[in-house]
Amino acid sequence: MTIQTKPTRAIRFRGRSFLALVLNPELPVGEWLGEVDAWLGRSPGFFGGKPVVLDVTGLSLDRKSLPALIADLAQRQIRIMGIEGAEAKLASPDLPPFLSGGRPASFMGRPEPEPEPVKTAANPAAHSLLVEAPVRSGQSIVFPEGDVTVMGSIGSGAEVIAGGSIHIYGALRGRAMAGAYGNARARIFCRKLEAELIAIDGLYKIADEIEPQLRKKPVQAWLEDETMKITLLD
Amino acid sequence: MAEVMVVTSGKGGVGKTTSTAALGAALAQTGQTVAVVDFDVGLRNLDLIMGAERRVVYDLINVANGEARLHQALIRDKRIETLYLLPASQTRDKDALTEEGVKRVIGELRERFDWIICDSPAGIERGATLAMKYADLAVVIANPEVSSVRDSDRIIGLLDAKTEKAESGQRMEKHLLLTRYDAARAGRGEMLSVEDVLEILSIPLLGIIPESEEVLRASNVGSPVTLNNAASAPARAYMDAARRLCGEDVAMSIPMHRKGFLDRLFGRRAA
Ligand SMILES: Nc1ncnc2c1ncn2[C@@H]1O[C@H](COP(=O)(O)OP(=O)(O)OP(=O)(O)O)[C@@H](O)[C@H]1O
Ligand SMILES: [Mg+2]
Repeated sequence: MTIQTKPTRAIRFRGRSFLALVLNPELPVGEWLGEVDAWLGRSPGFFGGKPVVLDVTGLSLDRKSLPALIADLAQRQIRIMGIEGAEAKLASPDLPPFLSGGRPASFMGRPEPEPEPVKTAANPAAHSLLVEAPVRSGQSIVFPEGDVTVMGSIGSGAEVIAGGSIHIYGALRGRAMAGAYGNARARIFCRKLEAELIAIDGLYKIADEIEPQLRKKPVQAWLEDETMKITLLD
Repeated sequence: MAEVMVVTSGKGGVGKTTSTAALGAALAQTGQTVAVVDFDVGLRNLDLIMGAERRVVYDLINVANGEARLHQALIRDKRIETLYLLPASQTRDKDALTEEGVKRVIGELRERFDWIICDSPAGIERGATLAMKYADLAVVIANPEVSSVRDSDRIIGLLDAKTEKAESGQRMEKHLLLTRYDAARAGRGEMLSVEDVLEILSIPLLGIIPESEEVLRASNVGSPVTLNNAASAPARAYMDAARRLCGEDVAMSIPMHRKGFLDRLFGRRAA
Protein backbone atom coordinates (compact mmCIF):
# COMPACT_ATOMS: atom_id res chain seq x y z
CA MET A 1 0.00 0.00 0.00
CA THR A 2 1.26 3.43 -0.80
CA ILE A 3 0.56 6.55 1.09
CA GLN A 4 -0.24 9.44 -1.13
CA THR A 5 1.48 12.61 -0.26
CA LYS A 6 0.58 15.89 -1.76
CA PRO A 7 3.47 17.24 -3.75
CA THR A 8 4.60 20.64 -2.62
CA ARG A 9 3.77 23.26 -5.14
CA ALA A 10 5.09 26.70 -5.49
CA ILE A 11 3.64 29.75 -7.07
CA ARG A 12 6.22 31.01 -9.45
CA PHE A 13 6.61 34.58 -10.46
CA ARG A 14 8.51 35.69 -13.43
CA GLY A 15 9.37 39.14 -14.49
CA ARG A 16 8.71 39.94 -18.09
CA SER A 17 8.54 43.19 -19.96
CA PHE A 18 5.92 44.04 -22.53
CA LEU A 19 5.33 46.87 -24.90
CA ALA A 20 2.28 48.99 -24.32
CA LEU A 21 0.80 52.02 -26.02
CA VAL A 22 1.09 54.98 -23.69
CA LEU A 23 -1.68 57.57 -23.67
CA ASN A 24 -0.53 60.94 -22.43
CA PRO A 25 -3.56 63.26 -22.02
CA GLU A 26 -3.04 66.97 -22.38
CA LEU A 27 -4.81 69.81 -20.62
CA PRO A 28 -7.62 70.63 -20.86
CA VAL A 29 -8.60 66.99 -20.61
CA GLY A 30 -12.05 67.58 -22.12
CA GLU A 31 -10.51 68.86 -25.34
CA TRP A 32 -8.04 66.00 -25.39
CA LEU A 33 -10.92 63.51 -25.08
CA GLY A 34 -12.48 65.23 -28.07
CA GLU A 35 -9.31 64.45 -30.06
CA VAL A 36 -9.49 60.85 -28.90
CA ASP A 37 -13.06 60.70 -30.19
CA ALA A 38 -11.97 62.14 -33.53
CA TRP A 39 -9.22 59.52 -33.74
CA LEU A 40 -11.64 56.73 -32.85
CA GLY A 41 -14.04 58.05 -35.47
CA ARG A 42 -11.36 57.41 -38.08
CA SER A 43 -9.99 54.21 -36.53
CA PRO A 44 -12.84 52.54 -34.66
CA GLY A 45 -11.62 49.87 -32.29
CA PHE A 46 -8.03 51.04 -32.60
CA PHE A 47 -7.28 50.48 -28.92
CA GLY A 48 -9.32 47.30 -28.65
CA GLY A 49 -7.18 44.40 -27.46
CA LYS A 50 -4.04 46.53 -27.27
CA PRO A 51 -2.32 47.07 -23.91
CA VAL A 52 -2.68 50.73 -22.96
CA VAL A 53 -0.92 52.57 -20.14
CA LEU A 54 -2.17 55.98 -19.03
CA ASP A 55 0.55 58.53 -18.30
CA VAL A 56 -0.96 61.29 -16.15
CA THR A 57 2.26 63.21 -15.55
CA GLY A 58 1.60 66.94 -15.30
CA LEU A 59 -2.19 66.62 -15.14
CA SER A 60 -2.40 67.11 -11.33
CA LEU A 61 -5.35 64.78 -11.03
CA ASP A 62 -6.98 64.09 -7.67
CA ARG A 63 -8.99 61.37 -5.98
CA LYS A 64 -12.03 62.28 -8.08
CA SER A 65 -10.69 63.30 -11.46
CA LEU A 66 -8.38 60.29 -11.96
CA PRO A 67 -11.15 57.65 -11.68
CA ALA A 68 -13.34 59.93 -13.79
CA LEU A 69 -10.75 60.01 -16.57
CA ILE A 70 -10.40 56.21 -16.45
CA ALA A 71 -14.19 55.90 -16.68
CA ASP A 72 -14.24 58.33 -19.64
CA LEU A 73 -11.70 56.16 -21.42
CA ALA A 74 -13.52 52.94 -20.52
CA GLN A 75 -16.63 54.41 -22.10
CA ARG A 76 -14.62 54.67 -25.32
CA GLN A 77 -13.62 50.99 -25.01
CA ILE A 78 -10.08 51.94 -23.95
CA ARG A 79 -9.10 49.70 -21.06
CA ILE A 80 -6.17 50.96 -19.03
CA MET A 81 -3.82 48.28 -17.70
CA GLY A 82 -1.62 50.59 -15.62
CA ILE A 83 -1.13 54.20 -14.59
CA GLU A 84 2.12 56.04 -14.78
CA GLY A 85 3.05 59.38 -13.23
CA ALA A 86 0.31 59.52 -10.57
CA GLU A 87 0.89 60.43 -6.94
CA ALA A 88 1.23 57.28 -4.83
CA LYS A 89 -1.39 58.45 -2.34
CA LEU A 90 -4.05 58.25 -5.07
CA ALA A 91 -3.61 54.48 -5.44
CA SER A 92 -6.75 52.48 -4.69
CA PRO A 93 -7.92 48.91 -5.28
CA ASP A 94 -10.48 50.17 -7.78
CA LEU A 95 -7.84 51.65 -10.06
CA PRO A 96 -5.40 49.90 -12.38
CA PRO A 97 -1.99 49.39 -10.77
CA PHE A 98 0.48 52.28 -10.66
CA LEU A 99 3.58 51.68 -12.73
CA SER A 100 7.01 53.18 -12.63
CA GLY A 101 10.24 52.71 -14.47
CA GLY A 102 8.68 52.67 -17.94
CA ARG A 103 11.20 53.19 -20.71
CA PRO A 104 10.57 54.40 -24.21
CA ALA A 105 10.58 51.38 -26.48
CA SER A 106 13.70 50.86 -28.50
CA PHE A 107 14.76 48.13 -30.84
CA MET A 108 16.27 45.94 -28.13
CA GLY A 109 15.17 42.36 -27.46
CA ARG A 110 11.42 42.09 -27.22
CA PRO A 111 8.84 39.37 -26.74
CA GLU A 112 7.45 37.65 -29.83
CA PRO A 113 5.36 39.75 -32.20
CA GLU A 114 1.60 39.55 -31.81
CA PRO A 115 -0.05 36.96 -33.99
CA GLU A 116 -1.55 38.47 -37.09
CA PRO A 117 -3.42 37.04 -40.02
CA VAL A 118 -0.93 37.56 -42.81
CA LYS A 119 1.84 35.10 -43.54
CA THR A 120 5.01 36.95 -42.74
CA ALA A 121 8.64 36.28 -42.12
CA ALA A 122 10.07 37.99 -39.05
CA ASN A 123 13.80 38.13 -38.82
CA PRO A 124 14.56 38.38 -35.11
CA ALA A 125 18.17 39.39 -35.63
CA ALA A 126 17.34 42.39 -37.77
CA HIS A 127 14.08 43.30 -35.99
CA SER A 128 12.28 43.66 -39.26
CA LEU A 129 9.18 42.12 -40.69
CA LEU A 130 8.69 41.28 -44.35
CA VAL A 131 5.09 41.05 -45.57
CA GLU A 132 5.04 39.39 -48.96
CA ALA A 133 1.29 39.52 -49.64
CA PRO A 134 -0.84 42.63 -50.01
CA VAL A 135 -2.36 43.81 -46.71
CA ARG A 136 -6.09 43.55 -47.38
CA SER A 137 -8.92 45.68 -46.05
CA GLY A 138 -9.69 44.77 -42.43
CA GLN A 139 -6.25 43.31 -41.74
CA SER A 140 -3.98 44.80 -39.12
CA ILE A 141 -0.28 44.17 -38.86
CA VAL A 142 1.29 45.19 -35.57
CA PHE A 143 5.07 44.96 -35.21
CA PRO A 144 6.43 46.89 -32.23
CA GLU A 145 9.94 45.46 -32.67
CA GLY A 146 11.05 47.47 -35.66
CA ASP A 147 10.60 48.08 -39.38
CA VAL A 148 7.93 46.60 -41.60
CA THR A 149 8.40 46.10 -45.33
CA VAL A 150 5.28 45.42 -47.39
CA MET A 151 5.88 44.05 -50.89
CA GLY A 152 2.33 44.72 -52.10
CA SER A 153 -0.21 47.39 -51.29
CA ILE A 154 -1.95 48.29 -48.05
CA GLY A 155 -5.66 48.30 -48.88
CA SER A 156 -8.26 50.85 -47.92
CA GLY A 157 -9.36 49.92 -44.39
CA ALA A 158 -6.14 48.01 -43.62
CA GLU A 159 -3.44 49.17 -41.21
CA VAL A 160 0.22 48.60 -40.45
CA ILE A 161 1.59 49.71 -37.08
CA ALA A 162 5.34 49.53 -36.59
CA GLY A 163 7.79 50.44 -33.87
CA GLY A 164 10.20 51.49 -36.61
CA SER A 165 9.83 52.63 -40.21
CA ILE A 166 7.37 51.33 -42.79
CA HIS A 167 8.39 50.60 -46.38
CA ILE A 168 5.64 49.93 -48.90
CA TYR A 169 6.51 48.82 -52.41
CA GLY A 170 2.90 49.10 -53.57
CA ALA A 171 0.20 51.67 -52.95
CA LEU A 172 -0.65 52.87 -49.46
CA ARG A 173 -4.44 53.19 -49.38
CA GLY A 174 -5.09 52.38 -45.71
CA ARG A 175 -3.23 53.55 -42.62
CA ALA A 176 0.46 53.38 -41.81
CA MET A 177 1.69 54.26 -38.33
CA ALA A 178 5.44 54.29 -37.93
CA GLY A 179 7.36 54.83 -34.70
CA ALA A 180 4.08 54.04 -32.98
CA TYR A 181 5.72 53.07 -29.70
CA GLY A 182 7.76 56.20 -29.41
CA ASN A 183 10.30 56.77 -32.17
CA ALA A 184 10.39 60.15 -33.86
CA ARG A 185 13.10 59.02 -36.27
CA ALA A 186 10.88 56.47 -37.95
CA ARG A 187 9.83 57.13 -41.55
CA ILE A 188 7.23 55.98 -44.01
CA PHE A 189 8.11 55.24 -47.62
CA CYS A 190 5.61 54.21 -50.25
CA ARG A 191 5.38 53.89 -53.99
CA LYS A 192 1.93 55.40 -54.34
CA LEU A 193 0.38 57.56 -51.65
CA GLU A 194 -3.39 57.27 -51.38
CA ALA A 195 -3.41 56.89 -47.60
CA GLU A 196 -6.38 57.33 -45.31
CA LEU A 197 -3.98 58.22 -42.52
CA ILE A 198 -0.25 58.29 -41.91
CA ALA A 199 1.29 58.73 -38.48
CA ILE A 200 4.80 58.94 -37.07
CA ASP A 201 5.42 58.86 -33.34
CA GLY A 202 1.75 59.61 -32.71
CA LEU A 203 1.59 62.70 -34.95
CA TYR A 204 -0.74 62.06 -37.81
CA LYS A 205 -2.20 63.41 -41.02
CA ILE A 206 -5.44 62.27 -42.57
CA ALA A 207 -6.16 62.10 -46.29
CA ASP A 208 -7.68 65.58 -46.39
CA GLU A 209 -4.53 67.10 -44.89
CA ILE A 210 -2.17 65.62 -47.44
CA GLU A 211 -1.35 67.97 -50.30
CA PRO A 212 -3.19 66.93 -53.47
CA GLN A 213 -0.05 67.06 -55.61
CA LEU A 214 1.42 64.23 -53.52
CA ARG A 215 -1.50 61.91 -54.08
CA LYS A 216 -0.76 58.75 -56.05
CA LYS A 217 2.94 59.68 -56.04
CA PRO A 218 5.97 57.90 -54.54
CA VAL A 219 6.80 59.71 -51.31
CA GLN A 220 8.53 59.57 -47.97
CA ALA A 221 7.27 61.02 -44.71
CA TRP A 222 9.28 61.93 -41.62
CA LEU A 223 9.20 64.22 -38.63
CA GLU A 224 11.06 67.49 -38.35
CA ASP A 225 10.54 69.52 -35.17
CA GLU A 226 7.30 67.78 -34.34
CA THR A 227 5.79 68.39 -37.76
CA MET A 228 5.30 65.86 -40.47
CA LYS A 229 7.06 66.41 -43.78
CA ILE A 230 6.06 64.55 -46.90
CA THR A 231 8.12 64.82 -50.07
CA LEU A 232 8.29 63.15 -53.45
CA LEU A 233 10.84 60.39 -53.71
CA ASP A 234 11.81 61.24 -57.25
CA MET B 1 -11.29 15.72 -59.96
CA ALA B 2 -13.96 17.75 -58.21
CA GLU B 3 -13.50 21.49 -57.84
CA VAL B 4 -15.22 23.33 -55.01
CA MET B 5 -15.69 26.98 -55.99
CA VAL B 6 -17.09 29.69 -53.76
CA VAL B 7 -18.76 32.76 -55.29
CA THR B 8 -18.30 35.55 -52.77
CA SER B 9 -18.13 39.34 -52.49
CA GLY B 10 -18.53 40.84 -49.04
CA LYS B 11 -20.96 43.46 -50.29
CA GLY B 12 -24.55 42.46 -50.91
CA GLY B 13 -26.49 42.64 -54.15
CA VAL B 14 -23.48 42.68 -56.49
CA GLY B 15 -24.44 39.56 -58.46
CA LYS B 16 -23.25 36.46 -56.56
CA THR B 17 -26.45 34.48 -57.01
CA THR B 18 -26.84 35.57 -60.64
CA SER B 19 -23.24 34.52 -61.31
CA THR B 20 -23.54 31.19 -59.46
CA ALA B 21 -26.54 30.23 -61.59
CA ALA B 22 -25.06 31.50 -64.85
CA LEU B 23 -21.64 29.88 -64.38
CA GLY B 24 -23.22 26.68 -63.05
CA ALA B 25 -25.45 26.36 -66.10
CA ALA B 26 -22.62 27.25 -68.50
CA LEU B 27 -20.32 24.62 -66.99
CA ALA B 28 -23.08 21.99 -66.97
CA GLN B 29 -23.83 22.65 -70.64
CA THR B 30 -20.36 21.35 -71.48
CA GLY B 31 -21.44 17.99 -70.07
CA GLN B 32 -19.68 18.31 -66.72
CA THR B 33 -21.69 17.54 -63.60
CA VAL B 34 -22.40 20.62 -61.50
CA ALA B 35 -24.03 21.20 -58.10
CA VAL B 36 -24.90 24.78 -57.14
CA VAL B 37 -25.23 25.12 -53.36
CA ASP B 38 -27.13 27.96 -51.69
CA PHE B 39 -25.41 29.04 -48.46
CA ASP B 40 -27.66 32.05 -47.97
CA VAL B 41 -29.61 30.50 -45.09
CA GLY B 42 -32.76 32.44 -44.31
CA LEU B 43 -32.59 34.49 -47.53
CA ARG B 44 -32.48 31.80 -50.14
CA ASN B 45 -32.57 33.05 -53.72
CA LEU B 46 -30.78 30.54 -55.86
CA ASP B 47 -33.86 28.29 -56.10
CA LEU B 48 -35.81 31.20 -57.59
CA ILE B 49 -33.11 32.11 -60.10
CA MET B 50 -32.89 28.44 -61.08
CA GLY B 51 -36.69 28.15 -61.32
CA ALA B 52 -36.77 25.32 -58.78
CA GLU B 53 -38.53 26.97 -55.85
CA ARG B 54 -41.58 24.74 -56.06
CA ARG B 55 -39.57 21.56 -55.93
CA VAL B 56 -37.66 22.22 -52.67
CA VAL B 57 -38.22 19.49 -50.08
CA TYR B 58 -35.04 19.15 -48.08
CA ASP B 59 -32.19 21.64 -47.85
CA LEU B 60 -28.51 22.06 -47.03
CA ILE B 61 -29.14 22.24 -43.28
CA ASN B 62 -31.20 19.04 -43.31
CA VAL B 63 -28.34 17.21 -45.02
CA ALA B 64 -25.63 18.82 -42.89
CA ASN B 65 -27.46 17.83 -39.71
CA GLY B 66 -28.18 14.31 -40.90
CA GLU B 67 -31.93 14.87 -41.15
CA ALA B 68 -31.99 13.97 -44.85
CA ARG B 69 -29.74 12.21 -47.34
CA LEU B 70 -27.94 14.22 -49.98
CA HIS B 71 -29.81 12.60 -52.89
CA GLN B 72 -33.14 13.51 -51.27
CA ALA B 73 -32.21 17.18 -51.11
CA LEU B 74 -30.59 17.61 -54.54
CA ILE B 75 -32.91 19.01 -57.20
CA ARG B 76 -32.11 18.16 -60.80
CA ASP B 77 -32.49 20.97 -63.30
CA LYS B 78 -35.30 20.47 -65.83
CA ARG B 79 -33.28 21.89 -68.73
CA ILE B 80 -29.78 20.51 -68.22
CA GLU B 81 -29.54 17.04 -66.78
CA THR B 82 -26.04 17.42 -65.35
CA LEU B 83 -27.04 20.48 -63.28
CA TYR B 84 -28.26 20.14 -59.69
CA LEU B 85 -29.28 22.53 -56.93
CA LEU B 86 -28.81 22.05 -53.21
CA PRO B 87 -31.13 24.70 -51.76
CA ALA B 88 -30.80 26.66 -48.54
CA SER B 89 -33.37 26.69 -45.80
CA GLN B 90 -35.63 29.71 -45.74
CA THR B 91 -36.91 29.08 -42.23
CA ARG B 92 -33.91 28.00 -40.21
CA ASP B 93 -31.39 30.16 -38.46
CA LYS B 94 -27.94 30.36 -40.01
CA ASP B 95 -26.44 29.09 -36.74
CA ALA B 96 -28.05 25.75 -37.54
CA LEU B 97 -25.10 25.13 -39.91
CA THR B 98 -21.98 23.66 -38.34
CA GLU B 99 -18.49 23.42 -39.76
CA GLU B 100 -18.47 19.63 -39.41
CA GLY B 101 -21.85 19.35 -41.14
CA VAL B 102 -20.75 21.52 -44.08
CA LYS B 103 -17.48 19.63 -44.38
CA ARG B 104 -19.32 16.31 -44.61
CA VAL B 105 -21.79 17.59 -47.24
CA ILE B 106 -18.98 19.07 -49.36
CA GLY B 107 -17.10 15.78 -49.05
CA GLU B 108 -20.14 13.85 -50.32
CA LEU B 109 -20.70 16.33 -53.15
CA ARG B 110 -17.06 15.93 -54.20
CA GLU B 111 -17.70 12.25 -54.89
CA ARG B 112 -20.59 12.94 -57.26
CA PHE B 113 -19.81 16.17 -59.11
CA ASP B 114 -17.13 17.79 -61.25
CA TRP B 115 -18.01 21.27 -59.96
CA ILE B 116 -19.50 22.31 -56.64
CA ILE B 117 -20.37 26.03 -56.69
CA CYS B 118 -21.16 27.63 -53.33
CA ASP B 119 -23.30 30.80 -53.47
CA SER B 120 -22.12 32.80 -50.45
CA PRO B 121 -24.31 35.16 -48.47
CA ALA B 122 -23.18 38.79 -48.26
CA GLY B 123 -21.11 39.97 -45.29
CA ILE B 124 -18.07 38.55 -43.57
CA GLU B 125 -19.88 36.65 -40.84
CA ARG B 126 -20.36 32.98 -40.24
CA GLY B 127 -22.46 32.25 -43.33
CA ALA B 128 -19.84 33.74 -45.63
CA THR B 129 -16.90 32.08 -43.89
CA LEU B 130 -18.68 28.69 -43.95
CA ALA B 131 -19.37 29.03 -47.68
CA MET B 132 -15.66 29.61 -48.40
CA LYS B 133 -14.22 27.28 -45.76
CA TYR B 134 -13.75 24.13 -47.88
CA ALA B 135 -13.35 25.75 -51.30
CA ASP B 136 -10.49 25.02 -53.71
CA LEU B 137 -10.94 28.25 -55.61
CA ALA B 138 -12.91 31.45 -55.33
CA VAL B 139 -14.71 33.74 -57.74
CA VAL B 140 -14.73 37.18 -56.16
CA ILE B 141 -17.61 39.29 -57.45
CA ALA B 142 -17.17 43.06 -57.54
CA ASN B 143 -19.03 45.94 -59.13
CA PRO B 144 -16.89 48.81 -60.43
CA GLU B 145 -17.47 51.08 -57.46
CA VAL B 146 -15.39 51.94 -54.42
CA SER B 147 -17.38 50.27 -51.64
CA SER B 148 -17.80 47.01 -53.52
CA VAL B 149 -14.10 46.87 -54.35
CA ARG B 150 -13.07 47.56 -50.77
CA ASP B 151 -15.38 44.79 -49.51
CA SER B 152 -13.92 42.43 -52.08
CA ASP B 153 -10.44 43.31 -50.83
CA ARG B 154 -11.59 42.35 -47.36
CA ILE B 155 -13.04 39.05 -48.60
CA ILE B 156 -9.77 38.23 -50.38
CA GLY B 157 -8.01 38.68 -47.03
CA LEU B 158 -10.41 36.20 -45.46
CA LEU B 159 -9.97 33.73 -48.33
CA ASP B 160 -6.24 33.84 -47.66
CA ALA B 161 -6.67 33.37 -43.90
CA LYS B 162 -9.87 31.60 -42.92
CA THR B 163 -10.22 28.78 -45.45
CA GLU B 164 -9.08 25.21 -44.90
CA LYS B 165 -6.71 25.63 -47.82
CA ALA B 166 -5.09 28.75 -46.34
CA GLU B 167 -4.92 27.23 -42.88
CA SER B 168 -2.99 24.27 -44.24
CA GLY B 169 -0.50 26.64 -45.86
CA GLN B 170 -1.73 26.26 -49.43
CA ARG B 171 -2.51 29.06 -51.83
CA MET B 172 -6.14 29.80 -52.52
CA GLU B 173 -6.85 30.32 -56.21
CA LYS B 174 -8.84 33.52 -56.70
CA HIS B 175 -10.50 35.04 -59.77
CA LEU B 176 -12.18 38.39 -60.15
CA LEU B 177 -15.51 38.63 -61.91
CA LEU B 178 -16.44 42.25 -62.52
CA THR B 179 -20.22 42.44 -62.82
CA ARG B 180 -22.81 45.10 -63.64
CA TYR B 181 -20.23 46.88 -65.76
CA ASP B 182 -21.89 49.81 -67.44
CA ALA B 183 -19.77 50.85 -70.39
CA ALA B 184 -21.55 54.16 -70.85
CA ARG B 185 -21.04 55.19 -67.24
CA ALA B 186 -17.45 53.94 -67.27
CA GLY B 187 -16.86 56.06 -70.37
CA ARG B 188 -18.08 59.11 -68.47
CA GLY B 189 -15.77 58.30 -65.58
CA GLU B 190 -18.68 57.67 -63.21
CA MET B 191 -17.37 54.26 -62.22
CA LEU B 192 -14.00 52.79 -61.43
CA SER B 193 -12.20 51.64 -64.55
CA VAL B 194 -11.28 48.00 -65.07
CA GLU B 195 -7.61 48.93 -64.58
CA ASP B 196 -8.34 50.67 -61.27
CA VAL B 197 -10.19 47.64 -59.92
CA LEU B 198 -7.47 45.25 -61.06
CA GLU B 199 -4.77 47.42 -59.54
CA ILE B 200 -6.51 47.59 -56.18
CA LEU B 201 -7.43 43.92 -55.93
CA SER B 202 -4.45 42.44 -57.77
CA ILE B 203 -6.01 39.09 -58.59
CA PRO B 204 -6.53 37.73 -62.12
CA LEU B 205 -9.61 38.79 -64.06
CA LEU B 206 -12.04 36.02 -64.99
CA GLY B 207 -14.46 38.18 -66.90
CA ILE B 208 -16.47 41.38 -67.21
CA ILE B 209 -20.24 41.03 -67.17
CA PRO B 210 -22.06 44.03 -68.63
CA GLU B 211 -25.02 45.63 -66.90
CA SER B 212 -28.02 44.34 -68.83
CA GLU B 213 -31.79 44.07 -68.59
CA GLU B 214 -31.43 40.49 -69.76
CA VAL B 215 -30.32 39.53 -66.25
CA LEU B 216 -33.54 40.69 -64.63
CA ARG B 217 -35.60 39.24 -67.46
CA ALA B 218 -33.99 35.84 -66.96
CA SER B 219 -34.41 35.87 -63.18
CA ASN B 220 -38.08 36.78 -63.56
CA VAL B 221 -38.69 33.57 -65.48
CA GLY B 222 -36.50 31.50 -63.17
CA SER B 223 -33.72 30.79 -65.61
CA PRO B 224 -29.96 31.34 -65.48
CA VAL B 225 -29.18 34.08 -67.98
CA THR B 226 -26.88 31.74 -69.92
CA LEU B 227 -29.89 29.52 -70.67
CA ASN B 228 -32.59 32.12 -71.08
CA ASN B 229 -30.94 34.11 -73.83
CA ALA B 230 -27.63 32.54 -74.78
CA ALA B 231 -26.96 35.19 -77.40
CA SER B 232 -27.25 38.13 -75.00
CA ALA B 233 -24.15 40.05 -73.94
CA PRO B 234 -24.20 38.95 -70.25
CA ALA B 235 -24.79 35.30 -71.26
CA ARG B 236 -21.82 35.37 -73.63
CA ALA B 237 -19.62 36.99 -71.00
CA TYR B 238 -20.59 34.31 -68.46
CA MET B 239 -19.96 31.54 -71.00
CA ASP B 240 -16.52 32.95 -71.75
CA ALA B 241 -15.80 33.10 -68.01
CA ALA B 242 -16.87 29.45 -67.64
CA ARG B 243 -14.51 28.44 -70.44
CA ARG B 244 -11.67 30.30 -68.73
CA LEU B 245 -12.43 28.39 -65.53
CA CYS B 246 -11.95 25.18 -67.51
CA GLY B 247 -8.50 26.39 -68.50
CA GLU B 248 -9.33 27.62 -72.00
CA ASP B 249 -7.58 30.71 -73.27
CA VAL B 250 -10.40 33.04 -74.28
CA ALA B 251 -9.60 36.57 -75.37
CA MET B 252 -11.11 39.26 -73.17
CA SER B 253 -12.40 42.60 -74.31
CA ILE B 254 -13.58 45.49 -72.20
CA PRO B 255 -17.16 46.31 -73.20
CA MET B 256 -17.19 49.62 -75.06
CA HIS B 257 -20.01 52.03 -75.32
CA ARG B 258 -20.88 52.86 -78.89
CA LYS B 259 -21.52 56.56 -78.91
CA GLY B 260 -25.00 57.47 -79.92
CA PHE B 261 -26.06 60.47 -81.95
CA LEU B 262 -26.67 62.68 -78.90
CA ASP B 263 -23.40 61.67 -77.27
CA ARG B 264 -21.55 62.69 -80.39
CA LEU B 265 -23.43 65.93 -80.56
CA PHE B 266 -22.81 66.93 -76.98
CA GLY B 267 -19.69 64.94 -76.24
CA ARG B 268 -17.29 67.79 -76.99
CA ARG B 269 -19.10 70.40 -75.07
CA ALA B 270 -18.80 68.92 -71.62
CA ALA B 271 -17.97 71.63 -69.11
N1 LIG C 1 -25.18 42.13 -65.00
C1 LIG C 1 -26.30 42.58 -64.41
N2 LIG C 1 -27.08 43.50 -65.04
C2 LIG C 1 -28.19 43.99 -64.46
N3 LIG C 1 -28.64 43.59 -63.27
C3 LIG C 1 -27.91 42.68 -62.58
C4 LIG C 1 -26.71 42.13 -63.11
N4 LIG C 1 -26.22 41.25 -62.21
C5 LIG C 1 -27.06 41.25 -61.17
N5 LIG C 1 -28.09 42.10 -61.38
C6 LIG C 1 -29.22 42.37 -60.48
O1 LIG C 1 -28.73 42.79 -59.23
C7 LIG C 1 -29.54 42.29 -58.19
C8 LIG C 1 -28.69 41.49 -57.22
O2 LIG C 1 -28.17 40.35 -57.87
P1 LIG C 1 -27.87 39.01 -57.07
O3 LIG C 1 -29.07 38.58 -56.31
O4 LIG C 1 -27.27 38.05 -58.02
O5 LIG C 1 -26.78 39.56 -56.07
P2 LIG C 1 -26.18 38.84 -54.77
O6 LIG C 1 -24.76 39.28 -54.68
O7 LIG C 1 -26.44 37.38 -54.82
O8 LIG C 1 -27.06 39.51 -53.63
P3 LIG C 1 -27.09 39.07 -52.08
O9 LIG C 1 -25.85 39.65 -51.47
O10 LIG C 1 -28.35 39.72 -51.58
O11 LIG C 1 -27.13 37.58 -52.05
C9 LIG C 1 -30.61 41.45 -58.85
O12 LIG C 1 -31.77 42.21 -58.95
C10 LIG C 1 -30.05 41.14 -60.21
O13 LIG C 1 -31.06 40.95 -61.16
MG1 LIG D 1 -27.40 36.11 -53.33
